[in-house]
Amino acid sequence: MKHGRQLLAAAAAAPLVLAACGGGGDDGPVTLRMTTWSASEDHLAMLNEIADAYIADHPDVEAIEFDPLPFEGYTSTLTTQIAGDNAPDLAWILENSAPDFVSSGALVPLSETLSGTEGYEYDDLIPAATELWREGDELYAYPFSTSPFGVFVNNDLLAEAGQPTAAELIANGEWTWERVIEAGAAVHAATGTDGLVIRDFDYSGWDNLSTLWTGWGAQAWSADGADCGFDDPEMTEALTFMHDAVFEQEAMPGPGTTADFFAGEAAMTVTQISRAGLLAEAEFGWDLVPLPAGPAGEYSVIGQGGLGVLTVAPHPEEAADFLAYMTNPENSVKLAQYFPPPRESQLTAEVLGQANPLLTPEQLQAVVIDRIDSGVVKPSHTGQAQLDQAVRAALDPLWTADADVAGVLAELCTAIDPLLTQ
Amino acid sequence: MTAVKTDAPPGREQSRPGRPGWWTARRRDHLAGFLFTAPQLAGTLLFVLLPLGLMFWYSFHDWNVLAGGFTWTGGENYERLAQDPALPGVLGATAAFSVGLVALNLSLALVLAILLNQRLAGTIVFRTIFFSPVAVTLVAWTIVWRFLLQDDGGVNGLLSVFGAEGPNWLRGETTAMVSVVVVQVLKNVGLNMVLFLAALQGVPKELYEASTIDGAGAWTRFRRITMPMISPTILLTSIITVVGSLQVFAQIDVLTSGGPGTSTTVLVYYLYQNAFQFHDFGYGATLSVLLFAIVLVLTVIQWQMRRKWVVHED
Repeated sequence: MKHGRQLLAAAAAAPLVLAACGGGGDDGPVTLRMTTWSASEDHLAMLNEIADAYIADHPDVEAIEFDPLPFEGYTSTLTTQIAGDNAPDLAWILENSAPDFVSSGALVPLSETLSGTEGYEYDDLIPAATELWREGDELYAYPFSTSPFGVFVNNDLLAEAGQPTAAELIANGEWTWERVIEAGAAVHAATGTDGLVIRDFDYSGWDNLSTLWTGWGAQAWSADGADCGFDDPEMTEALTFMHDAVFEQEAMPGPGTTADFFAGEAAMTVTQISRAGLLAEAEFGWDLVPLPAGPAGEYSVIGQGGLGVLTVAPHPEEAADFLAYMTNPENSVKLAQYFPPPRESQLTAEVLGQANPLLTPEQLQAVVIDRIDSGVVKPSHTGQAQLDQAVRAALDPLWTADADVAGVLAELCTAIDPLLTQ
Repeated sequence: MTAVKTDAPPGREQSRPGRPGWWTARRRDHLAGFLFTAPQLAGTLLFVLLPLGLMFWYSFHDWNVLAGGFTWTGGENYERLAQDPALPGVLGATAAFSVGLVALNLSLALVLAILLNQRLAGTIVFRTIFFSPVAVTLVAWTIVWRFLLQDDGGVNGLLSVFGAEGPNWLRGETTAMVSVVVVQVLKNVGLNMVLFLAALQGVPKELYEASTIDGAGAWTRFRRITMPMISPTILLTSIITVVGSLQVFAQIDVLTSGGPGTSTTVLVYYLYQNAFQFHDFGYGATLSVLLFAIVLVLTVIQWQMRRKWVVHED
């Protein structure tokens, strides 16, 4: 009896490890999955609303799941899913990964599907907004979010330091980087809070510095991506200016220090308008204004997010059809609640205003509409992840008080030149 | 003479004359044993040995996830490994971290264990304090330390109370490595401390009494009695600490992301960058093979050397 019980128990335990992998047939209606980096309930509610309307008219799709992944490591998680044969059908794609995704064949071509969809108005898409997501004339991802960077300003902190507001500086034609840093230094000296924060830079996300150096006419690399631009005089001048702002004037927080504008810890921050929601309960007076002018004049920098269908998706055809529905003119207006659309006809203060009740039509006009067409997209390149790491590592020596800016930048170019020409 | 040995009562065997003779109680026991170990065995096969085999297989391929390419490249990844200009720096950082961690962890654990082995008031409280970080989630522990080690963080705030100005811990190449080592030591020293404590309490008191009568001092007793008697535990703790030090990832990712520069880019972090950030799983697998080889060699060396210094191992 004893042995019989042992065998029975062991036999009962063994199947626990034999969990069979389920495999369903693909004949019936399909379930689509789309990864996003936003877990915002509002965003997901809007996406689900669009999906539900699509499913109601498309019996071949029974469900559409939105799968939010953490923003930190988003691309790594996505590629790991792809490597693990668990690719989503559709995915949001960060602008800095765009060249890798577009040029590698990882995305399904969309031009034919989109232009062939009735009422899509494909020609309404702004060429400057789709450039990053095209190869030749073929579009590989839809830039669902095309959002210029602007400067949020805490007017109370500026007033406390005896500084004019951003609106006054703009009115006087003084909205320049030099004057902004001067005001930031004054705030730091008078109140102890930080002057200006380039959000998401944090001495690591260096591509966010393009919101500064573009004002000097500098660029990370040439338009064809072959030549390093970090050792150009414009870049040296721009980063010398920033180094001085951090270590001499103390207008920007130094490395290893965090300051959140939206918590009232800094007078100004450079970021995208989608952050305006964080000011819903702000207890200070604030404004949103365009980026300050640099020595090279006025300019604009755009951050983008793309939406693509993966080549290895379980259901690429259905996914492309859903993408066309999701981004048609009618739904684009819904998406515009949170993400500035790439459609010329919808870039109006009226459309954007419904989405951003905290922002005035004047703010939207000045920061978004007037700037989106001429905006420079943040730097991106094939092999961006390696470049990203190499530039971050090579820039680290810059963030000390006694750094040799020109020397660091020259070494940076030596480090990334092989990657640029790969 | 019968060749069949059975534990079953003779009466039962006799009552089933038609049953095959090989189905003995011993075989039934074996089968039961195999079935009970099957879940663990299947887990090891599925989640350890299979990935290990796949790792070797992948290392001979160029696998670009985005492009969907998976092509046999023979030893190309190994040639690249031999010529990788970043690798010496990565191995240097790995060695610095491992040596620093093992030396500090083992020595601190031993000192704490000796102190807490004294019959003094409050030792149980201190044992709990030193052991409690072991139970804390690694990432949570590291995130808290990241805030403490910021330029305007708690550590420098504490130093300023005493009039000292602390460095920007995570931004200097040396201080960043020291910080990562210390944060990891504080996290896990309690585990080794408990192991040492158990070993110390297992040393027979008679040995100390006899040596005291013979005129041995405290240092001689420690060197001649304590150390040899706890040497098996020193071997155990050194092996698990060395292996653990080579697998450090989360602390690096959270505290420094391998920086400043590449000063804290240890082998596992470099492997992660190549595989999961640069989408180059083939080369990532090759780096995994290197890590596997290093761990294997170090463990074999430690195991072989035990005969020279571990009591009862000669």
